[in-house]
Amino acid sequence: MSNLTETDLHAYADGQLDDVRRVQVEAHLAHDAAATESVRLWREQSVALRALYNPVLNEPVPQRLLAARPSPGRWAYYALAAGAMGLAFGLGWLSHSYRTDRFVEAAALPRRAAVAYAVYAPEVRHPVEVGADQQDHLVKWLSKRLGNELKVPLLTPQGFDLVGGRLLPGGKGPVAQFMYQDARGQRITLYVSVRDAELRETAFRFSQEDKVAVFYWIDGKLGYALSGEMDRASLLAVATVVYRQLNP
Amino acid sequence: MESAEIVAHIPRLRRYARALAGDSHRADDLVQDTLERALAKFYLWRHGSDLRAWLFTIMHNVFINQLRARRELALDEAVEDGLRSAPQSDPLELRDLDAALRRLPVEQREVLLLVGLEQLSYAEVSKALGIPAGTVMSRLSRGRERLRAVMSGTVAATNLKVVK
Repeated sequence: MSNLTETDLHAYADGQLDDVRRVQVEAHLAHDAAATESVRLWREQSVALRALYNPVLNEPVPQRLLAARPSPGRWAYYALAAGAMGLAFGLGWLSHSYRTDRFVEAAALPRRAAVAYAVYAPEVRHPVEVGADQQDHLVKWLSKRLGNELKVPLLTPQGFDLVGGRLLPGGKGPVAQFMYQDARGQRITLYVSVRDAELRETAFRFSQEDKVAVFYWIDGKLGYALSGEMDRASLLAVATVVYRQLNP
Repeated sequence: MESAEIVAHIPRLRRYARALAGDSHRADDLVQDTLERALAKFYLWRHGSDLRAWLFTIMHNVFINQLRARRELALDEAVEDGLRSAPQSDPLELRDLDAALRRLPVEQREVLLLVGLEQLSYAEVSKALGIPAGTVMSRLSRGRERLRAVMSGTVAATNLKVVK
């Protein structure tokens, strides 16, 4: 066959030729050992890929995927109008029986952190309970209340100075909030909560909670959320530094 | 219900993400971001068109964005690499295949997986990735050849590490 191309061979290997072309290619392959070997190899690759990754199909789907919500963004309003509520309902219904308290708690971290940010960041006179001038006391006090040794990241090189911190009620006990401020008065907060001991997830995740951007992660017993009313990339730069200092 | 349709695709999205991203944490992050984006943009999906191909398109965009962001987040990479565990029960050769996939350029890996693993038609791959049919074929061809070369040890692994 004079007009046989490599594309034909791939399409043959992948079962994507119509009958006429397939017969033509087969006729050609009868005389072309090298092409036959290529086809065999490509098929073998595909078979091996499916053998390797097909087991994923049978794994239980993680709760967080079943409970995925529309990510807010420029599309969010349209999506809501277009019936995202219905979608959320559907996902919620499907995931209902798999839901666990632990999962709900994990999903609540960025939300709680964003609310705490929204409440205290605009505060002019009393943004914190204990100021940065008493940093040692602040850290000891909050560490004691949370029952865990807390560390306060140093963000001066990023332009953020510690304002201070406060104790807040969380879902399952006390929560610490550290506040930072840059030269323009822009504030960010680090929200630290104590987790269930068995929850060990270190993925670094992002959530947009209305106007507040939140990067959050869990390290052992502590859940961290860095919140700020700024764009994702700017906050990411700071969050990376925080993450690095807290997870050396 | 439409969302139930999306849910039905989760296992296959996870399979593709695992092959694409390697690490299972990162793969599920990729799936989650894809689902969140898909739910937010669901009104853009045209009824009757292929939902799965549309989801692959979204995952492709999310993945590329994550790769770009990860350059700023080298530490995260190191942490997650530390968490990576090889599937113990798989034969050595299959684990080699996973390692070999990491050494394919992303654009070749995507095409190779959509064709070989997900068994999409070339036209669907072209649409999902937003590239011409000819580009699908050239990436497929180069991807298969490179995978063969890496698996047979004729390519130096260190030079080809894509995700940095």
